Amino acid sequence: MTPPETAGQHAGPATAGPHPETVGQHPAAGGPHPGMPTYLGMPSFPVAARTAVADSQLRRNLAHATHTIRAKRAGAVGELADWQELRAAAKAIKDHTLANLDTYLIRLEENVTRAGGHVHWAQDAAEANAIVAGLVRAAGADRVVKVKSMATQETGLNEALAADGIGALETDLAELIVQLGHDLPSHILVPAIHRNRAEIREIFRREMPDAPDDLTDEPRMLAAAARSHLRQAFLSAKVGVSGANFAIAETGSLVVVESEGNGRMCVTLPQTLISVVGIEKILPTWRDLEVFLALLPRSSTAERMNPYTSVWTGVTPGDGPSDFHLVLLDNGRTTALADQVGRQALRCIRCSACLNVCPVYERVGGHAYGSPYPGPIGAIISPQLRGVTSEVDASLPYASTLCGACYDVCPVAINIPEALVYLRGKVVDAKRDKHLSPERAVFGVSGRVLRSPRLLAAAQRAGYLGGRLVGRSGRIRRLPPPLSAWTETRDAPAPPRESFRAWWARTRGTGR
Amino acid sequence: MRIGLFVTCLTDTLFPDTGKAVVTVLERLGHRVEFPAGQACCGQMHFNTGYRREATPMARGFVAAFGGFEAVVTPSASCAAMVREYYPALAAEAADESLARAVAQVAPRTYELSEFLADVLGVTDVGAYFPHRVTYHPSCHSLRMLRVGDAPARLLRAVRGLDLVDLPDAESCCGFGGTFAVKNPDVSAAICADKVAAIRQTGAEVVCAADNSCLMHIGGSLTRQRSGVATMHLAEILARTEDAP
Repeated sequence: MTPPETAGQHAGPATAGPHPETVGQHPAAGGPHPGMPTYLGMPSFPVAARTAVADSQLRRNLAHATHTIRAKRAGAVGELADWQELRAAAKAIKDHTLANLDTYLIRLEENVTRAGGHVHWAQDAAEANAIVAGLVRAAGADRVVKVKSMATQETGLNEALAADGIGALETDLAELIVQLGHDLPSHILVPAIHRNRAEIREIFRREMPDAPDDLTDEPRMLAAAARSHLRQAFLSAKVGVSGANFAIAETGSLVVVESEGNGRMCVTLPQTLISVVGIEKILPTWRDLEVFLALLPRSSTAERMNPYTSVWTGVTPGDGPSDFHLVLLDNGRTTALADQVGRQALRCIRCSACLNVCPVYERVGGHAYGSPYPGPIGAIISPQLRGVTSEVDASLPYASTLCGACYDVCPVAINIPEALVYLRGKVVDAKRDKHLSPERAVFGVSGRVLRSPRLLAAAQRAGYLGGRLVGRSGRIRRLPPPLSAWTETRDAPAPPRESFRAWWARTRGTGR
Repeated sequence: MRIGLFVTCLTDTLFPDTGKAVVTVLERLGHRVEFPAGQACCGQMHFNTGYRREATPMARGFVAAFGGFEAVVTPSASCAAMVREYYPALAAEAADESLARAVAQVAPRTYELSEFLADVLGVTDVGAYFPHRVTYHPSCHSLRMLRVGDAPARLLRAVRGLDLVDLPDAESCCGFGGTFAVKNPDVSAAICADKVAAIRQTGAEVVCAADNSCLMHIGGSLTRQRSGVATMHLAEILARTEDAP
């Protein structure tokens, strides 16, 4: 999906502000593919977030951008009296599809094949990338033009193609900025949300050989420079690579929703088109698409309708690509599907409404999430697709205050707080069999105290005495670790002389 | 009505005046309030941090303490939400049928104070008097889990002498988030900074809410900044009268 907010007619592809030199995402030298960033070895969320939060300019930019889109979305959604019904319908369609995914996938394969396309099945990222690389070479090409695609971000396709000597050119403006800047996307819809226009000008001047000498940081000039840079590539590319927002099982049609028109170019001009699509993107019928085309633009860009919706079904002689390949990607999705609570994340249509309302994303931005999927949805998708073994994946379910704003705006009603809390349980359980951690010791002891009225009363008396040692006038300004994390910026209340239960017992008797 | 007061471990331990205020308000309205001494913690902190197994015995303790009341009232929206929204899942996970039955009986009768007053009892004027400029922070779980709506605002508007001022961007989280405040202290503090700035912008003398946990967080910042803005639980405002200001 291509982000309209990044188009040249707006006030710049990204908001004003410098790029956060943050989270170790620039192993520019020494990595497997020099100059290409990677998500490998990302630090845990709290560590990465600390650096991002310290960047006050970034925080101002993100606050401005997220508040603006938040208000616009609320307006666009408010126009539809039947929004909640649409949302319920979308949830029901997706749940039905996921429950019968095997049937619909086979139907999709049959109909794509009947329409002259080829279907490939990829179990993981490596398989998907290998299939794409093989197809590109078979087409006799050494470079491809790309439509913005989350699935290929997830598989790291560009890096894999580069290792095979194949160049991949991102044609979505914001993705192009990210690619030229040797950077990582920080938002699902607006991947360069962390870049300002002055930086974009610098990137273009440094990395784009055909950028005009008199390039300014005017959005219109920047967009024109990108357009002429891309035009020749569109016209000469033999192979286009896309994802898809939806795949319609009953007809074998793929749908790409975008705003810039670059996607339309990529899926129509080259001879060969390769679409990498997650298996959860399927919709049973054309009629189902109507619901999602009402929900997606309003949720993501606050538009009633997006400018370009491209639909294609296999190949049509004399019109568009003559060779079409659909790569269906699992990469952890069937594992998520098997999980009763976690599977709801597979309903996601990548609108990014949850990012724009999230108090945590608003302060931190996308890089700290260590995955192409940032924000609340990323915090429940990444640990499911990748497991909770790495530090960053184990920390993601905790990267939320559980405020619930994401659930309220989600057009497919994913109960993100429920899934987060559930995944926290998985993180804890995964560590249970290993050595006793300090945290588990604390929660074990506190669990015994907090379920026993007698121990709780004893702790309250001890707390009052302890509080008297450190507190003055009812306030504690400094506590030992780990509670020092609290008192670094906040006072803590000193425990009172008499707890409520002690007061009740003294004045009213012991109760029952 | 015979009401069981679920005071919550946090309010019991750190903010006993809130518990006393709930008793005052409910008794003023003619109800019989009991404090079952067998109560402890609802288990929310453990559950929300991923220690679900540890939370199950706390749920058992809760239903044992509160079975048989016509209503269970608590001055915490997030603890009420834990009981109402997550106890059924916890009982199912533990495959404990007797717990599930007890939860089905107790959980639907468990209310946060403002929704109990305004929606169950249908009372908005509780006879309170509080001649101060007050702003209200709608805590996330009151707003988006319990859906208490404007019940707190209706109660506050009926308080004599009280000047209720709107809080800008009121529905945004304060950044507390339970153990989030300690696990992600930098982000938590950054979120809180914006909430505190919004509160100070109102010129209110007091910020109130339906959760002492959020107020502890917001208040910790307000006093650290020596802002002079006080935090008070909604119940404590509703308990004040001309005779006992």
